[in-house]
Amino acid sequence: MANDPIHQFQIQKFFSLEIGGVDFGFTNSALFMAAAVTLISGFLILATSGRGLVPTRMQSIAELVYEFIAGTLRSITGSEGMRFFPFVFSLFAFVLICNLLGMFPYFFTVTSHIIVTFALAMLVISVVIVYGVIRNGVKFLKLFVPSVPPWLLPLLIPIEIISFVARPLSLSIRLFANMLAGHITLKVFAGFVVTLSTLGFVGISGAVLPFLLTVALTALEFLVAFLQAYVFATLTCIYINDALHPGH
Amino acid sequence: MAEQTHTETGVAHDEGGGQFPPFDTSSFGSQLLWLAIFFGLLYYLMSKVALPRIAGILEDRRDRIEGDRAEAVRLKEETDEAIATYEQALGEARAKAGAIARSTRDSLAADVEAKRQAVEEELAEKLAAADARIRDIKAEALGQVSGIATEATEAVVTVLIGGKLAEKDVADAVAASLNGGR
Repeated sequence: MANDPIHQFQIQKFFSLEIGGVDFGFTNSALFMAAAVTLISGFLILATSGRGLVPTRMQSIAELVYEFIAGTLRSITGSEGMRFFPFVFSLFAFVLICNLLGMFPYFFTVTSHIIVTFALAMLVISVVIVYGVIRNGVKFLKLFVPSVPPWLLPLLIPIEIISFVARPLSLSIRLFANMLAGHITLKVFAGFVVTLSTLGFVGISGAVLPFLLTVALTALEFLVAFLQAYVFATLTCIYINDALHPGH
Repeated sequence: MAEQTHTETGVAHDEGGGQFPPFDTSSFGSQLLWLAIFFGLLYYLMSKVALPRIAGILEDRRDRIEGDRAEAVRLKEETDEAIATYEQALGEARAKAGAIARSTRDSLAADVEAKRQAVEEELAEKLAAADARIRDIKAEALGQVSGIATEATEAVVTVLIGGKLAEKDVADAVAASLNGGR
């Protein structure tokens, strides 16, 4: 069981909370969501408590993250999209910290569960659709009409619709699969090291290769953790831009 | 990595979904509930507390920098103005100094000229006075000559003719001869 690469994704219930036949118990997943929210809010609020004109190191990091996300959102959606800044920022911070918390051994990775990433993706798409319809009314449907010669439209409109429907799937599966696969790979290679090193001298010398791979993969996983959060936030910005300017 | 995921998900499906945790639907309700609670809390804290505060800090800094820059520009303009005023004052002072020097030179020259003229006039006067005095002395001397001549003539005539002549006659005769001799 110790070397089972799936074990790390197990949901462990701390206490049960059954409402209407569905179990809403507090689990390790909920614990790490709480940890992420506490870390993000605590860090940002403590780091900026000085409100220094000249920032401290912590405040500088908070400002850096703020301006990074604000810059990404503004460059994609223009200043109109800035009303979604708290939303995009929360998404980025939540995904990033959940991914990074998952990098600690024995910690649970919230984003390695498809239901979490799918819920976040559906939230994004719902915001896009609701805001797009409120802002543009029927013109929001122009999103599905690319500016091409009319005889191409019967072909392209179904493609646009399919790609729109696929967005929440691709958005959620991209994040989920990356986290899941990364953690399984790490666990498998780290498992090799343990298994091989019990086999005496030959095994230990043979374990060097998977050990080096584990080190390299750990670095790669940190990159992936950041990159997936960034990709999630950037795609959210792009989808919000569609709600703001549905014409292609 | 994609291939690995594929394998894992395939395995999960073979085992009926219950074994592979991410596809275990019994945990979905709990995860969704707590995700909604914690993500909602995070969104609330970000949009009401953390982000407005950072935005405020950044805006304060931008305002402060703008203000300082405007102040610097204003000070520079003031400095330029002061330099221009100084240059102008310097130019005026230089012109004034030149004017003073010129007027001083002119007045000195005029003074010298006036003094020179006065001295020349004085000299001319003195010369004229000396001339007059020479003439007087000469006339006096000549007058004395005629007196001496008269006395001498009187004496000579007395000796020659043995009688006294009227002094006036002798003087007339001498004067006539003197004037005729000239």
